[in-house]
Amino acid sequence: MKLIFTITALMIIFVTKAQTNISGKVTDNKNKPLIGVSVQLKNTYDGTTTDALGNYIFTTSEKGQQILEATISGYNSVSISLQITATAIVQNMVLKEQITELKAVVISAGSFEASDKNKGAVLSSFDIVTTPSANGDLTSAFKSLPGTQQVGESEGLFVRGGTATESKIYMDGNLVNNFFYSSTPGIATRGRFNPFLFKGTVFSTGGYSALYGQALSSALVLESTDLPERTQADVGISVVGAGGGIQHLAKNKKSSWGVSYNYTNLWLAFNVIKQKQDFFQLPLYHQGDANFRIRTKNGGFIKYYGYVATNKTGFRNTDIDSTNLKNAFSISNTNIYQNINWKDRLGKGWRINTGISFSTNKDDIANQLQDANNNNTLITTPLLYAFKNFTLINKGLFAQARLVFEKKFTGLNAIRFGADYFYSNEKSTYTLYNGGQYTETVKDNLVAAFAETDVYLTNNLAAKIGSRVEQSSLLSKWNIAPRISLAYKLAQNTQASFAYGIFYQNPERKLLPTLATVDFSKAVHYIFQFSKQTKEYTLRTEIFYKDYKNLYKTAADINGREVAANNNGNGYAKGIEFFWRDKKTFKNVDYWISYSYLDTKREFLNYPTAIQPSFAANHTASFVVKRFVTKWKTGFNASYNFATGRPYYRIAFDNTTNKYAITDAGKTINYNSLGFSVNYLPNLGKKGKKTFAVWVLGVNNVLNQNQIFTYNYNNSGTRKEAVTPPSRQFVFIGCFFSFGIDRTQEAINNNL
Amino acid sequence: MQHSTKKLMPVWAKMPFALCLIVLLTTYTYAQSERYMGAMQKNLGLMENSFKNPADLLSLANNFERIATTEKTQWLPYYYAAFCQINLGFMEQDKDKVDAIADKANALIEKADSLSPNNSEVSCIKSMIATCHMLVNPMQRWQQYGAASNNNIDAAIKQNASNPRPYYLRGQSLKNTPENFGGGCKTAKSILEQALEKYNAFKPANELEPNWGKPQLEQVLATCK
Repeated sequence: MKLIFTITALMIIFVTKAQTNISGKVTDNKNKPLIGVSVQLKNTYDGTTTDALGNYIFTTSEKGQQILEATISGYNSVSISLQITATAIVQNMVLKEQITELKAVVISAGSFEASDKNKGAVLSSFDIVTTPSANGDLTSAFKSLPGTQQVGESEGLFVRGGTATESKIYMDGNLVNNFFYSSTPGIATRGRFNPFLFKGTVFSTGGYSALYGQALSSALVLESTDLPERTQADVGISVVGAGGGIQHLAKNKKSSWGVSYNYTNLWLAFNVIKQKQDFFQLPLYHQGDANFRIRTKNGGFIKYYGYVATNKTGFRNTDIDSTNLKNAFSISNTNIYQNINWKDRLGKGWRINTGISFSTNKDDIANQLQDANNNNTLITTPLLYAFKNFTLINKGLFAQARLVFEKKFTGLNAIRFGADYFYSNEKSTYTLYNGGQYTETVKDNLVAAFAETDVYLTNNLAAKIGSRVEQSSLLSKWNIAPRISLAYKLAQNTQASFAYGIFYQNPERKLLPTLATVDFSKAVHYIFQFSKQTKEYTLRTEIFYKDYKNLYKTAADINGREVAANNNGNGYAKGIEFFWRDKKTFKNVDYWISYSYLDTKREFLNYPTAIQPSFAANHTASFVVKRFVTKWKTGFNASYNFATGRPYYRIAFDNTTNKYAITDAGKTINYNSLGFSVNYLPNLGKKGKKTFAVWVLGVNNVLNQNQIFTYNYNNSGTRKEAVTPPSRQFVFIGCFFSFGIDRTQEAINNNL
Repeated sequence: MQHSTKKLMPVWAKMPFALCLIVLLTTYTYAQSERYMGAMQKNLGLMENSFKNPADLLSLANNFERIATTEKTQWLPYYYAAFCQINLGFMEQDKDKVDAIADKANALIEKADSLSPNNSEVSCIKSMIATCHMLVNPMQRWQQYGAASNNNIDAAIKQNASNPRPYYLRGQSLKNTPENFGGGCKTAKSILEQALEKYNAFKPANELEPNWGKPQLEQVLATCK
């Protein structure tokens, strides 16, 4: 009886509850109606979704004190306490937009990002390896972006009127000394590192963050990949060598290790493609690396990367000061680079990013004057010829420790601060034709501290404000470098940015030791950017002005070597740059166009006055186009690089006036280069196949255009010789296999 | 002494109160679950029509999410909210907006996953979310999201081999893959037919459990004749 009664009583209560109407309008804080907002009486089913005008209406049988909640992605939820009676309720609500990465303006003045995830990236990691003019070289891909010069006679990035030494390269926050293979006269060397090591790259052509320093022009910040997707083995073979590696992912997917080895020998390539230089030692490289990565329990990473390489090359050219003699140059190099980093969350929005790196580099350089039969010759009159017989041993030891803390606040706001310590010890031993030996050691302890804050006032307005302080023991000087960057969203996908910053740099190694006490060289950047970017296209334009101060002027030391003498140099660079990338207009075709105008003059080194430096062209343009034909599983890529002629000078010391003077000058012909590459992926998308192959064919300077980078003068200035690429064209053919070895591990292990 | 008084109290004297409490609780939970069943059934009934219009589908997604956040311990409303959201993601024309929608679906399915771990149906939605992210830029994202989508289908089959939906999803994505990438009707057909067999044999545990896909599968199969 009782039971039935209770049930009936309860049923009646449930059924007879009266209904109340609740309605209203949901808007954002600009009074714009919000569509699709979920409105709900908390902890009840009652609620609805706002319509196209932001209006909502629903009925409820709940009574008394209730909480009305409005939620939609991208906005802060609003909860309102309501007293529900039988009378209808009208309740309007205003939601505030959240500051989210997806919506917020990107602080991007001066920088280009290549990554697959981040908003604002203009290139993907894949683009770096499929740009034909780059030939698979990491930094060369950036030469198809505005702001860089098409310098072919030496390695490095020449950015906005700066020298290659004004661009520094960082891996996971650590400075990489000797990023490129050691220089050889007249031939640009390649970067040491495989582009596939990195998941993200930020290439700053100016105005970069206070977290980095010691680069007057540019910072290239590389971030290494996290755990591999699966255990896999790679084997590659090409016309220039062969290599292989293995990446092993632990069963629990929390750690991985990997090793790889590459052997490069240009014997085959140089036998087929005639080189201008006579190579008595064909370029030969052994390169090995190892890594491990551990995912910590808070989602952080411990990453180790170690690299060992040796290489040698030797070639002879006709000696510029004589018609029947030859100049033979050879170099052998050993380089070791290691870094270990720890990046983690510490809780309460705090993060730590710390690392140490250590590297050694040794160059053995020999230069000989040789006769027509390639025998060493010593000519002591005039003495000029005798000085062409020498050996030079450079030993460098570099270490860095870095500690950065970051605290994240709501709405993308953050502060970052930390310190860097750099140690360098470089020793050179120069042995003359007569056995005379000169040894120099240069040591520096550079300490830097920095702090930076990201301030997002709204999704439309953000600022990055920072400062860096450095102290160099070599110079016994310190500096303070403020940086500021602003970004303002003008409309959806459209934004304007501005950056200002002061940058300092120590003299490069070849200018050391100095003749007198010198200060840091200095550059001040002003950058204004306008950009419009969607997933389908990117339009960017930047105007910049760069003011160089305290550049190093050189004078001969007692051995006749030109070293830094004072800070009396100066200069400027200004220009405008455009970048347009379009993935939509032509079906399956992706292309980009870069154009840079540069006006720069500087007085530095032995320049007698402010002149346009020999590494700077006024107009530079690139066109890259890519098309993937799925039917053929083949990608076709082409790139065209153009630059107007660069000036060249003969600067000689005039003994009568006791000054350097320009005795001859000119301008090279325009630079043109068309590159083409084809990638064929036969196993693409084949389900169940564990092997993945890529075939690559690359040809540079397809049109066989004449390229002159600059001119070299003989000692008396009576003759000049064009510096050109070692061969007009180069053809690369290679194939690369990846084996996912989840199940066939043993088979592969046995075959390796 | 108090002990003895308590002991003296007859057992039956306590019964009505206890009984009353039990009855009240059962009735309450019964009403609760009836309400839940009713609301779920009502919204599942709206499913077919909601697919015709993104606004209706969003409204339905919100309906399920309201049930989910109120119930807190039921995986199915989270599951259906995620299912509606990810289909909204597939419908969205503006590629700049797709990732945010897929992220929303992911937040919901993560909740379902924590309430019902190792659930084959949940793995199917995870696969759909990865596919949705991939379709924003297939060339660039194929390696990462293609693998994630595939791994989730593998997991779904492992978790329940009689579930037809992972086979349907695999067959459908194979069908949409260009022939030169190892896709197309030719390779997809056998998997789609396998899915149909599984659908014919499939009986959901109850009327609220996932039971979608068969009509769509038949449509896909019809185009592969």
